[in-house]
Amino acid sequence: MSLTTDDVRKVAHLARLGLDETELDGYARELSSILDVVDHLGQADTADIAPMSHPLDLGARLREDKPDAAIDREAFQRVAPDVAEGVYRVPKVIE
Amino acid sequence: MNWETVIGLEVHIQLATASKIFSNAPTAYGAEPNAQASAVDIALPGVLPVINREVIAMATRFGLAIEADITRASVFARKHYFYPDLPKGYQISQYDLPIVAGGHLDIDTPAGGARRIGITRAHLEEDAGKSLHEAFDRETGIDLNRAGTPLIECVSEPEIKTAAEAAAYARKLHSLVTYLGICDGNMAEGSFRIDANVSVRPAGSAEFGTRTETKNVNSFRFLEKAIDYEIERQIDVLEAGGHIIQETRLFDPDSGETRAMRSKEEAHDYRYFPDPDLLPVVIDEAFIETQRSHLPELPDAKAERFGREYGLNDADAIALTQSRALADYFEATVAAAGDDTAALGKPAANWINSELAGVLNREALTIEQAPLSAAQLGGLIARIADDTISGKIAKQVFDALVAGEGESADAIIEAQGLKQITDTGAIEALVDEAITNNPDQVAQYLDGKTKIVGFLVGQVMKASQGKANPKDVNQRLVAKLDAMK
Amino acid sequence: MMHDRSIAELIAAVRAGETTPAALADHFLARIERLDPQLNALITATPERARAAAAIAPQTGSLAGLPILHKDIFCTKEVKTSCGSRMLDNFVAPYDATVVERLHGAGTVTLGKTNMDEFAMGSSNENSYYGPVKNPWNLDHVPGGSSGGSAAAVAAGLAPAATGTDTGGSIRQPAALCGVTGIKPTYGRVSRYGMIAFASSLDQGGCFARSAEDCAHVLGAMAGFDPRDSTSVERDVPDYVGGLSGDVAGLRIGLPREYFADGLEAESRAAIDAAIAQYEALGATIVWIDMPHTDLAVSTYYVIAPAEASSNLARYDGVRYGHRCDNPQDLDDLYTRSRAEGFGAEVQRRIMVGAYVLSAGYYDAYYVKAQKTRRLIAQDFQSAFESVDLIAAPVTQAPAFKLGEKADDPVSMYLNDVYTLPASLAGVPGMSVPAGFAHGLPVGLQLIAPWFEEARLLNAAHAYQQVTDWHTARPAGFE
Repeated sequence: MSLTTDDVRKVAHLARLGLDETELDGYARELSSILDVVDHLGQADTADIAPMSHPLDLGARLREDKPDAAIDREAFQRVAPDVAEGVYRVPKVIE
Repeated sequence: MNWETVIGLEVHIQLATASKIFSNAPTAYGAEPNAQASAVDIALPGVLPVINREVIAMATRFGLAIEADITRASVFARKHYFYPDLPKGYQISQYDLPIVAGGHLDIDTPAGGARRIGITRAHLEEDAGKSLHEAFDRETGIDLNRAGTPLIECVSEPEIKTAAEAAAYARKLHSLVTYLGICDGNMAEGSFRIDANVSVRPAGSAEFGTRTETKNVNSFRFLEKAIDYEIERQIDVLEAGGHIIQETRLFDPDSGETRAMRSKEEAHDYRYFPDPDLLPVVIDEAFIETQRSHLPELPDAKAERFGREYGLNDADAIALTQSRALADYFEATVAAAGDDTAALGKPAANWINSELAGVLNREALTIEQAPLSAAQLGGLIARIADDTISGKIAKQVFDALVAGEGESADAIIEAQGLKQITDTGAIEALVDEAITNNPDQVAQYLDGKTKIVGFLVGQVMKASQGKANPKDVNQRLVAKLDAMK
Repeated sequence: MMHDRSIAELIAAVRAGETTPAALADHFLARIERLDPQLNALITATPERARAAAAIAPQTGSLAGLPILHKDIFCTKEVKTSCGSRMLDNFVAPYDATVVERLHGAGTVTLGKTNMDEFAMGSSNENSYYGPVKNPWNLDHVPGGSSGGSAAAVAAGLAPAATGTDTGGSIRQPAALCGVTGIKPTYGRVSRYGMIAFASSLDQGGCFARSAEDCAHVLGAMAGFDPRDSTSVERDVPDYVGGLSGDVAGLRIGLPREYFADGLEAESRAAIDAAIAQYEALGATIVWIDMPHTDLAVSTYYVIAPAEASSNLARYDGVRYGHRCDNPQDLDDLYTRSRAEGFGAEVQRRIMVGAYVLSAGYYDAYYVKAQKTRRLIAQDFQSAFESVDLIAAPVTQAPAFKLGEKADDPVSMYLNDVYTLPASLAGVPGMSVPAGFAHGLPVGLQLIAPWFEEARLLNAAHAYQQVTDWHTARPAGFE
């Protein structure tokens, strides 16, 4: 599978990675060679094989409905880049 | 051209759990910004989700109530998109294996009669935080208190035909979830949010038209308005030779119009995949049966029983079962009024549907905020039933209870001396007085205009300050007048 | 010397009052100060905190006073937790990972945080924002990765033990390349809470120490059910130390043919063969087995791990913590610049591969297909363990390569993980045990046990270490 620079641009946008135009060729080459390795999967016969999303074949353990979280807003927000009045801030979003 | 409308509703129902769906942070509304956002809710590096059992229980009860299939192993998936109020960059939601599949809701159509609306699915997901666009000049603020609040997203089949039907469906769903006790139903606080998918097509066409999605309509009235506006707008566009753009629109209650959202609409690629942090939710028969045994009586069954047990007509029964709180109030009122439920149901229904409804409407109160309790109203009805007071006095006592002038009907009757006069001598005297003082009316009666007796009853009632029993007065007057013939 | 003593000896010395937690901490802190500049094994040393903790450390507790290093992927309260990334260079965690909490509870004293490949993505430690770690056996060579800092630190005697994480070999491979003992337990055995996620269905915490016996001490304190991790398993943790009988007579050890095929370098092969012969001498039965889907492991892993990573790393958006670009013009600018500046090239490559294999039109062909081949690989282990008790194999095809040798070719680096990926995909526990040298660099023997049979694994490694002394060797300059 070979990716074009346009494919790279699209996937970079999906992942919100701001790539320089000059980087696109290099990434297209590298990602294509990774996908070449991955394409090996196509040869495997997986008829009647159920997908395995998890190494353990277990059901979820459920939690009791107790609101007992320790919430230290001050500590959580000490590492935040822009906070005012307890609110995280980002550049203005227009809906 | 004749146009036909196709409507499907997606309703986000906030579940009334104490803690969030994947974290043990509280869900209470109205805290300081981010004060209820735990490490999991703000998606600190390294944190993990753990599923709240109550959320699964509530969704199961919901599925049973709409007669849906409960998925025995439902799966949480990650839905990816970037938005600042979505801390992980993905929302944990259910995708190809939702917990509730199928089901239906019977609505009372505005035209009369019931109609069954199919439900495609109902899945569990976490709510996002809130973006505060007005809080700062050049920034948008992010409050993550709501992030992680459990939601059921209930998706109807595109089987709804009019705005009025859509509102009826939404009301019925609202009534159901509040009955089940799984949602507080508070629309102003966003506990029950409706998105309407609307499209139009030439009547008889088999294909769907292009639809728009109108988001976050927060009242039933607005829902009707928004849909009607959208139908008209789409028809106008099509008749002018234009095309409908598939887009998300917002309803503006001030103008009564919908408008396209300004944020860039892009083709979403959500990249769903099963959340590797969470294992499938496996539900066994025992769990389902436990939840079934916790189901309360639902609105339709309750209305039917009210008709049977309390002798109510359909209109009264349906009105009183609109909400569980109202139905509970009614039953508590009857219970407080006495043992003869068949006889006391109708007066209780009348008092609630007229006098009390009037007060609530005037004061913009909900039944939970009623200024008099069911016990107080029942106490009042008991005194009417045993002839302690007349209907007219009863209204006065009711007003006094609403105004908080006394603890109970009995206390007010006692304090204000409103008890009916039972002293026959005193009533006889008043009757005689009325006959003596109104010779013209007496003459008319004797001439055969017997309806005039009502005037004379009124005179006696006035003289008794309303405390005589009008039926009793009437009997005595008729007896005396007939004797004069 | 203190750093040559076993964990059991160190704890006993503390308990007996022959030494103190403070003296132990001082000894290893001094070694870190003196030796780490050559290695770059630590991102953050915390001498003040360590001395303060040692001063009040209890003399009881299963690991009372034991100095330890944590891979910088484990959140440590009030201490920088970078995950080897510029993205988290300014991140001071407001909470402790469960592993950190447990080890602290057992009495360990944290000396610092070890270097690693950024977000655990890498096999050479060259993908760290903080620069590569050097292999103490030869400073021109890589220590392996992603837990290269922990492996190098234990090899150099900077600490008796260190934590690590293994997603596709990130404990076993650096343990092999640095000549120390490392164990990756069964998926679900050690809590992932507070361990910064790379690929959630594969990540598993474990540890490095000099010997299997030392690992048994540390793992016993780390492992166990954690209600904060939904994938943590409710199962009692056996007494790993008590289970070290050293007896492997009658144990059936399987050698998968696929792990001994072309590509395994000759001197390394000789070391592995010698180790297997040793087991035979100890009374184990050696049989050849087939694990026919082994060749699917690399392609399966490089779909699943990047897919999960692209999702797990979506939270680094410059809003609540972590790197934010200067003067973002709008929301999109905030996201795209913060992420492009905060993540290194390998992380960006994997995020893009992951986003691609999950995207519309490719999901079934890549992601779902890989989930199916993953099951085939897991089934290989299931059937293997019907006939053998343990699997033995090499960890890597060759000893540590030179720094920079593969830096320009990510794919050749990926292919190098072929022996460690299958156990990760299946979720079974695996170890690397020092088994000699090739070209003057350490070789590791990989042992793999059935799900939750860490005790069997540790005992088998212990038996071998009773009759060999590879694990006690020290690199020159770090004696």
